[in-house]
Amino acid sequence: MSDSWRQTRRLLMAALGALTVFYLLAPTLVIVPMSFTEASILSFPPEGFSTRWYEQMLTRPEWSTGLRNSALVATLTAILATLLGTLAALGMTRGRFPGRSLVNGLALSPLIVPVVIIAIGMFSLFVQWRISGSIVGLVLAHTALALPFVIVNVATSLRTMDRNLELAAANLGATPARSFLRITLPIIFPGVLAGAIFSFITSWDEVVVAIFLTSARFRTLPVEMWEQVRQVVDPTVAAVATTLLVVTTGLLLLLLVVRRQAPAR
Amino acid sequence: MTSAKGASGGRPSDGRALVLRDLVKRFGDVPAVDGVDLEVRDGEFLTLLGPSGSGKTTTLRMIAGFMTQTSGTIEIGGTDMTRIPPYRRDVGMVFQNYALFPHMTAGQNVAFPLEMRRLARPEINRRVGEALALVRLESLAGRYPRQLSGGQQQRIALARAVVFSPRLLLMDEPLGALDKKLREALQLEIVRVSRELGATVIYVTHDQEEALVMSDRIAIFKNGRIEQLGSGEDLYDRPVSMFVADFIGESSILRGRLERAADGAYLSRNGSRWRVDEATLARAALADGTAGALVVRPERMRIGGPDEKPPAGSNAVEATVSAVLYLGSDRKYELALPDGERAVVRQQLGGGEREWQRGDRVTLWWPVESGVLVADASA
Repeated sequence: MSDSWRQTRRLLMAALGALTVFYLLAPTLVIVPMSFTEASILSFPPEGFSTRWYEQMLTRPEWSTGLRNSALVATLTAILATLLGTLAALGMTRGRFPGRSLVNGLALSPLIVPVVIIAIGMFSLFVQWRISGSIVGLVLAHTALALPFVIVNVATSLRTMDRNLELAAANLGATPARSFLRITLPIIFPGVLAGAIFSFITSWDEVVVAIFLTSARFRTLPVEMWEQVRQVVDPTVAAVATTLLVVTTGLLLLLLVVRRQAPAR
Repeated sequence: MTSAKGASGGRPSDGRALVLRDLVKRFGDVPAVDGVDLEVRDGEFLTLLGPSGSGKTTTLRMIAGFMTQTSGTIEIGGTDMTRIPPYRRDVGMVFQNYALFPHMTAGQNVAFPLEMRRLARPEINRRVGEALALVRLESLAGRYPRQLSGGQQQRIALARAVVFSPRLLLMDEPLGALDKKLREALQLEIVRVSRELGATVIYVTHDQEEALVMSDRIAIFKNGRIEQLGSGEDLYDRPVSMFVADFIGESSILRGRLERAADGAYLSRNGSRWRVDEATLARAALADGTAGALVVRPERMRIGGPDEKPPAGSNAVEATVSAVLYLGSDRKYELALPDGERAVVRQQLGGGEREWQRGDRVTLWWPVESGVLVADASA
């Protein structure tokens, strides 16, 4: 093969790669300039530059309450899912009980079952339990959706961890509980934190289940966006979308940092 | 053995630190440990030696409490350990891969067992300092394991395993991952530390030289059982089987059938006929006509010219040199015997002995009492 062919091929590869990235990112990123428009309807390309839509987002009650609700639900979901998911991962990697692979499959099923089906199922159940349209119901639902991410991340950390460390801790006098808190947890912490971040993001931009389980008095940000887009096409939606995007991206970057700083062993 | 301070100190004891009775561990139908009986004295350094899969590591893990025996009992310091979890057994263990906690410094690793025992902070600091001084690593207390070399990590692991004065110190091939020079230095270090503490040590290895250098006694494992238990000298000079003879040191193994004559016992095959010493004959307790083997250590054998007359009381045979290996301090010859067997002879250099070449016809001999009779398991 000649050098010129190799160079051409490299260029073609780079072009194809750039095209793929553009295809993946363009729909998401187009919203960012749109949020800084001066015009009062959502349009592309934007006209002028203004931050008034961000002011709108922070001052208009439906948006600011939505932001607060979303942050609260996502935080509670992250805490609950991380707690339950870590315990589940511990049982699935360290425990020995009949039906272990069945439990594992069930715990991961929210990844496979279509979200709409989960949403409808939870809606009918939660209405009966009278927790539909409340923060409790939505946190429980989002926790179910987020659990698989925690389980997968924590179980991977547990599997790659040197089992001899736990044997050594027991040998040196640590009860199972103290061994977990002093040895296992610090070592698998990057996995636990990754699970928590994924849980937060899962809840933060979840809209399908939230549409079913929220009410006019209790709405999250994505649901508010959905409602608004159907009525008026006001650029505040673009500002809110950009905010969602920035938070999600920021958390994913944090995840990369955490992964990189995982103890090398 | 040694002063009963440290590891075995302070507790009433009948001198036996560890007693295993008919210990069995089965995985499904497969026995990994198949009836082990063992008594270890206070302050003794005992090595479990054997090939991989012989049950030595499984035995150690049962003593530590990491797995439960299928049957049999384990007593540590006179207490039955069957229902005692590992964290209440009070035995220290050093792992092959060190198993240092990566998120703690060397000093914090050594302090860990003391914190688990809820000692006061000044007491912890004092004992951590002592333990680090014992392995000569005081200056590295603030380093993390990944900042330490393999040898340093192993010494920290040793300090961590002895800092709480456990009743037993268990070591599972602790030097397996290190290079030869470092391994030899650490062998001496481990023996020194355990002697200074008067610790009772159960040491697992598959390296026979390591076992000989370090141990008071060695238990040779084969197929989940102890094949022979004794001092290094016992095992080397009086192996009870071809397996032990083969595993400890090098030897010529000359097989044949046992027969009695008016002037004593002989082992014969294909025209060769070796005189068997009475003492070893009595120990081996083999019946007339059964298959046996004479084990002769290479340094007991001598080589002379084809016409040389061996001294009285020797077994002698004409042989051909088939290989010569130069080993620095000595030279090793492999000889082909007329009956088809192979003999190994070690000749120390510097003694002015004649050097032989491949293909030379020579006379090989050894004193009759140097041959140890064992049953021939291959026949």
